Parts: sequence; C-alpha cells; structure tokens
Amino acid sequence: MKNTHDYRLICGMEIHAELKTKSKMFCGCKNDPFHAPAPNTYTCPVCLGMPGGTPVANKTAVDWTIKLGLALGCKINLFSKFDRKNYFYPDLPKGYQISQYDIPFCVDGVVQTSEGPVRIRRIHLEEDTGKLLHTTVAGEKVTLIDFNRSGVPLIEIVTEPDIRTPSQAKEYGRKLRQIIRYLDIADADMEQGGMRLEANISLAPAKADELPKYKVEVKNINSFRFVEQAITYEMKRHAEILSGGGTPEQETRGWNPNTGKTFSQRAKEEAEDYRYFPDPDLPPIRLKKQALQRLKAELPELPDMIVSRWHTTYQVEPRFGELLNTTREQASWIDEIFLAAAKEGISANSLASAIVNRKIKTQVGDKPKDVLATYYAAFATEKIDASELDRAIEKVFAANPDAVAKYKAGDQKVIGFFIGQVIREIGRKADANEVRQALIAALK
Amino acid sequence: MKTKTSAAKLTLKQTLSLLKSGELSLNELYQDVDEAVEISNKKLNIYLTLADDARKRADKALKDKTPWLGVPIAVKDNICTKDLRTTASSTVLENFVPQFDATVSKRLKEAGGVVYGKTNLDAWAHGSSTETSQFGRTLNPRNPEHLPGGSSGGSAAAVAADMCIAAIGTETAGSIRQPAAWCGVVGLKPTYGRVSRFGIAAMASSTDSPGPLTKTTEDATIVLYHLSGRDPLEATTGQQEVPDFTKALEKGVKGLRVGYLYHDIEGLEKVNPYIEAALRVLEDMGAEVESAKAMDPHHAISVYTIVQRGEVSSNLARYDGIRYGHGRDMFGDEAKRRIMLGTYTLSKGYADQYYNTAQKVRTLFRKDFQRLFERYDILVSATSPGYAKKVGATEGSAMFGELEDMLLEPSSITGLPGISIPCYRDPNTNLFLGMNIVAPMWREDLVIQTAHAYEMHTEWNSWRNNK
Repeated sequence: MKNTHDYRLICGMEIHAELKTKSKMFCGCKNDPFHAPAPNTYTCPVCLGMPGGTPVANKTAVDWTIKLGLALGCKINLFSKFDRKNYFYPDLPKGYQISQYDIPFCVDGVVQTSEGPVRIRRIHLEEDTGKLLHTTVAGEKVTLIDFNRSGVPLIEIVTEPDIRTPSQAKEYGRKLRQIIRYLDIADADMEQGGMRLEANISLAPAKADELPKYKVEVKNINSFRFVEQAITYEMKRHAEILSGGGTPEQETRGWNPNTGKTFSQRAKEEAEDYRYFPDPDLPPIRLKKQALQRLKAELPELPDMIVSRWHTTYQVEPRFGELLNTTREQASWIDEIFLAAAKEGISANSLASAIVNRKIKTQVGDKPKDVLATYYAAFATEKIDASELDRAIEKVFAANPDAVAKYKAGDQKVIGFFIGQVIREIGRKADANEVRQALIAALK
Repeated sequence: MKTKTSAAKLTLKQTLSLLKSGELSLNELYQDVDEAVEISNKKLNIYLTLADDARKRADKALKDKTPWLGVPIAVKDNICTKDLRTTASSTVLENFVPQFDATVSKRLKEAGGVVYGKTNLDAWAHGSSTETSQFGRTLNPRNPEHLPGGSSGGSAAAVAADMCIAAIGTETAGSIRQPAAWCGVVGLKPTYGRVSRFGIAAMASSTDSPGPLTKTTEDATIVLYHLSGRDPLEATTGQQEVPDFTKALEKGVKGLRVGYLYHDIEGLEKVNPYIEAALRVLEDMGAEVESAKAMDPHHAISVYTIVQRGEVSSNLARYDGIRYGHGRDMFGDEAKRRIMLGTYTLSKGYADQYYNTAQKVRTLFRKDFQRLFERYDILVSATSPGYAKKVGATEGSAMFGELEDMLLEPSSITGLPGISIPCYRDPNTNLFLGMNIVAPMWREDLVIQTAHAYEMHTEWNSWRNNK
C-alpha cells in the first residue's frame, strides 16, 4: 500500500515436484496416484509402513534429479545419502519421511529470469506422503487415508532469497516448470498437486543493507498467478505492520484463492526438530564421474538455448521465441516451421509474431506447409517501393508532430501507432515489419 | 533304524537323511514334535502362535522333493509370516496378521521348511531375557528356574526343548548368540547384509541380522545357506556370492590363527577357565592360539546403546495407533524407555554429542577389528559372562541386556559374523556356557570350520552326545 516502496522484497522459493518414474521412490508400486482406479490400490508393505518394509532407492529417480541439477548448472555431490526426517502425521505411515538432509544430490545452480538470476541453493530427492480425505461415512465425520501417493518420488528445489518482485517469482516458477517438462521428468501438474509452490517472504528496508529478522512462509500454492498474488498481498501486509513499528509474526500461512488473501496456519516460534539421521536402510550413494558424463550427454536442448539459437539462426526475437517453446514438442514443431519458412524466404520473426499473437490459427503438429499457406493467406503483403514508403512516413509524421515528440522523449510504444497510420496511408497490404524498420530508421 | 527316542530330538541333518530314505515319516516326526509342544509349551511359554496348516504344508514340501522335505522350523515372532499372526511379542501388534512373508520366511518356505510356530522374544527384541515380552517370559528348557536369554529366547528354547528341528532368530547385539549359549544350542549370527531384513520388524536397522539357532553347527550351515544372499527388496544385503558353507565343515583348524579376546575384562573370572579349556582343544587340533588385546568392549555398550536407541525411536514410530488396532500406550516400559532415550540422542543439539560421536567410535571398532584380523583368522571369547540367570533377574535393571551382551556388541556393531556353541555344561544345574567365535566380514566359513571341528571333538553338544 502506501508504504510498499519503502521496503524491498526478500523472497526465496521452495518448489516440490513429483517425478513421473514408472514405480515409486522406494518400492516397486506403480507411480500413478492421480489415475489409480481406487484409493490404496498401489500399495505394498514398504509404502504402507508395515513391519520390516525396507526401502530400495529408485535409480531412475536419482538420475532424473541429477539431470535437473545439471540443467540448472548445479554442482553434483558425488557422495550423497538419504536421511530420515522424523515427524508424526497420519499421512506419513512410517512416522518419518525419507529425504536428504545435509548432502543433497545437487547444490549451487541458477535459473535466469528477465529480472535477474535466481540462484538455486539445493535440489534434493525425497518421498511424497499419503493423502488425507476428510469426509462423512454413515453420518460420521471421518478422515480417510489414501496411500496411493505414499512413496511417490518428490524433488524439492530450494532457491536462495534472490527473488525481488512478485512477478519474478511467477517467472521463476514458470521457467523451472518448463525446464522440468523439457527434461521429461515430471508432469508438474499444478492442479492435481504434482507441483507445489511455497514462498518465504520478508521485507527489508529499501535503503538499508540489513536483512529482515523474520520470515513468513506461504505454503501449498497451486498456481504461478497465485504465487504472484500471494506475495503482493504479503508485501502490503508486512509493510503496514513494519511501518507501524511492528514485526510480522514468524509463521506459516496458507493462500485462499477465493478471497485473494493469505491466512495464518501455524506459528513457528522455534525451528522444528526432525531428528534427522542417515537412513540405515539405504546405503550411501556414490556416483561415478562417467555416470555424470552420461547424464550430461542425455540432456536435451534446453529452452534458453533454443531461444538463443532461433535468435541467431532465424533472427527471431527472444520475446516470441520464449512463448513458442513452452514444451519440447512445440519447440521441435516450430523448428520445422522456421526451417520451411527460411527455404521460402519468409521472415521467421514475422511468422513467429503471427503465431504468438494468434493472427493465424495453428496448433502443435500442423504440417509446416499448411502453416505457411495460412500465413500467406493472412499476410500476403505487397512489396512497397522504398520511396513510396518514405513519402507515407513523412506524411504521417507531419500530421502527428505530438507523437513524434513523444517518441523522441523515449516513448517507444508510439511506434505501433505510426505503423498503423503508415499502412493506412499506403492503402495496401504492406509488411508491418518492413514498415517498422523504415520508421525506426526515419526517427533516428 | 527306528529311533527309540523321539524323532523331535533329531538334528536337521539326521531328519533330512531319514526322511529321504523313508526310514522316518512326516507323521512320526510331527507327532513327536507336537507331543513335545503339548507337554511343555504351556509351562515354558516358547510358542506364542502355532501354525495350524503346518502338517499340510509339510506334505506338500515332501511331495515336491524340496531340500528340507517339510521339516518343522520355529520362527521368531518379529519375522513376518503370511497369514500367521506376527506380534514381535508386543500387544501393540496383538492382532496383526501380515499379508506378506519376510524374505527369510519366503526362503525358508521355498527350501521346503515349514513354519511350525512363532516363538516368544523380548518385546520388539528389546532385551536379553524374554522378560520384556508382553506375553510373558519364556523359561529355559534346560532348567526352568532360569531364563533362556534373548531376545531370540523363544527360538533358542524351542531348539533346546526339541519343539522344532531348527529355528530362526534375529540378532542386533547378542540376540542369537546369547540365548544360544544360555540354552546350550548353536546360534549363528551372519555377516550384516548376508541375510535380508525385509519383513522383520526393525529394531536397529544398521545391525539387525537374522540367522539360525540349531542343534549343531552343521545344521546352522544348512539353514544359513538357504536364508542367505542378495535380496532385491533390501538395499543393505550384499552382492557377495553365497558359498557352499558345508565345504568348510571338514576343513579342521590346523594352522588357524586364533586370537583370544576379552579374558582380562572384569567379571569373566568364572567363565575364563572353560573358554581356555576350549582353546586348548583347538590348540590340540593344530590351531595357533594367542592372547589378543582389543578395544575395551565397554565402549561398545555406549555405541550400541546410543545408535540402537536412536534407530529404535524412529523404527517404532510407524506403530502410531492408526493402522494396527492399538495405540502407542500399549508399548511396554522397555520400548518406552528406548524411544525416549533415542529421541533425546537424535535431538538437535544432542545428535553431535551422542549419535554422531557414537558412529565415530563405531568406526574405531571397525578399524580395531581390521587390525586384529591382520594377525588372526578368527577371534574367540566367552559368549556371555556367565550361565543363564534366574527368572526375574532383569527386574530393576534397565541395562541388563547391554551388560550381558557386552562381549558380543563389538562384533555386532561392526557387522561381523559370529557363532556361539556350547563349550561346557554344569552337571549340577544342567546349564551351559557358550564360546563365541568371530571372523572377518563374509567369512562365515571360518566360524563354521572352527565350531564344527570343536563340536566333533568335545562332549558339550547334547545332540552329538545322543547320537
């Protein structure tokens, strides 16, 4: 509110994602909790926490965690181990969660966002819990437990407190999900809970270097938009408390998408004691350098690499490129289209712009020649003689001195207005991109 | 040969050979075992549950020409047996009927052994007497005024009382070897990782080792072979090949370098002369015996107590009152004590002081054994500081087991294989002393080789005497 600008946001995120391995993390049960025919179908003595149910680590899950680490430029710990995190909750059948404490598989990576880098502190592998169902059976209020999700491999990606704005949080989350999907290691479906977001939020005085002495955790947010909203909401709330001389309470809060507000869940006066210790059921994991090399070699071309390749090869602006590679499937489809366009001498950037702005209707998988045909039909432009173009531009400038002044004062948006005016002046289907280039040259 | 004595008194080896030749029928065998159970089980409280389909399974095992031909085996009640109640001697699991077999149970059945019944133990295997069982203590068949030891007291007693042909127990620190010594039977604790822990209610996961309790070393060898080997369901089982242990039986001890441990520990004065007599027997057979100095086993008590309690506090968390019908208030005093102590030693601020330090000392023990095994092939000591204690001995002594098992704890926390065999019988009390033989990791063959040679040249094994 009125005071937000006096403070700067200090925010780190913790994101959980369920890996889509065939079997669960520590047993042979099917890993498909969202499509199970009935509760407690995919269970066994291990994921039910029966006496003597001993875990065996899923190698694919370990490999995939390391792949994500490599994709985010992490250092990989060649010696790693699993630890027990001891706590009671009805959805945790063993009374402890197998997780990683002091030696996670991956540390010190980074995700680039348009608002700056977000450093990754660690990525570790653990197991998901069962699911509680609060319901009524025969008129009695009961809580049922479904263990289909118990023991599903879960990665946790923890950032440094590098996030400075709510929109950066959103962008970070989206980028991370995109990378995870490119690696094809998780569906990262937010609605079903396959990916869960958590933001640690505090405000520091805008001008001082000191770090805040408190931290508020907002948990279980299930969309990137909501993360942005929750952080925005919290910033206002904290600013009000801080400007009143108080300190926001150290606590865990939830997000209510209906009210657009966060709400207090539980106070966190002291750090919880999970009595971590190395799980004696699981021998430590020693990775060989060759195994890392192999995993590295298996990495696909990642989103940022594709955007820059499109930029250098086809001169496609990154803002379009970024929107055209939300999935690996889409990216390889776009690749085919750009290649076909290049052969026909069509500007890949114009084509990209048309697709992004939905000027032409396409969907992933459409044949490149059909896409190009649609593009031609919609954008068949006439080659405008350079002198004709210059004349039209002069005319438009003469008629709109205010707009020219605005542009010269730094308002770049005016260019769109000019493009429209010039094309109208010419009275034929001029190529907007060419007009833009000519305008920019003329305004210099 | 029609045995005049009960067929239940036969060793596993003898039983198999008689069943194979047809000189013994399963009917005779089961009648005699059933009779032994009928006469004494009520008094001795050895079996908590008897399998009512044992006889039927035996027939099938015989018909299928399995290696064990349907012989009745006693199984400790912390080992899950499909469709047969498994309680770990705790009322928390009073009504728990597993829907799955422990790997040990599965392999036993595959070998043609029949789970005859489930034997009593200290609740959750916490103890060395069976006195912490929530279903009453077991009495020592050799002398019912005395305890059988524990925690595998029921399995050791079942063997001693001829209520089975062989038995399975589990050891975390002495739980196979100490009751074997007290009951005058053979108890073999395999290398940690040799036999799968899958399906066995975990006590201290980093030391739990299932293994045989039998009438002779040869029998232990047969049982061990069938239980051993890599288990895809249990990550700490070793990749090592399982050798044919019977090949070690006839090797003898000539030239074997034997280190004699722990004789200078206070409180062993009474047992030392018997262990030394046993060592002279080995010497007479050509072994080279030398007194050896090892790290003080008192430190092993500390290490074991801390590590084991820590792991127990976590391992018992799953009995949370939600799924097994009974709540945590049903835990007995010993389990509660261990949970509290373990929770404390793993707590923030204390973990370094206790748990992590204990793990470092554990490494020192490992190094100490490495040093010893550069000089010796095997190490020998008393199994227990004395004879089986009288009933009620554990009352008011929370550290009873730890003191009893002190001589075994160093080898337990380091995962080494060991065996206890009878090496003396007191004619007045009919109680036995045991000799503990320890070898390097994966070298069960060395303990078997030594134990068998000793057994064949002495009179202390009551089944060898009978033959």
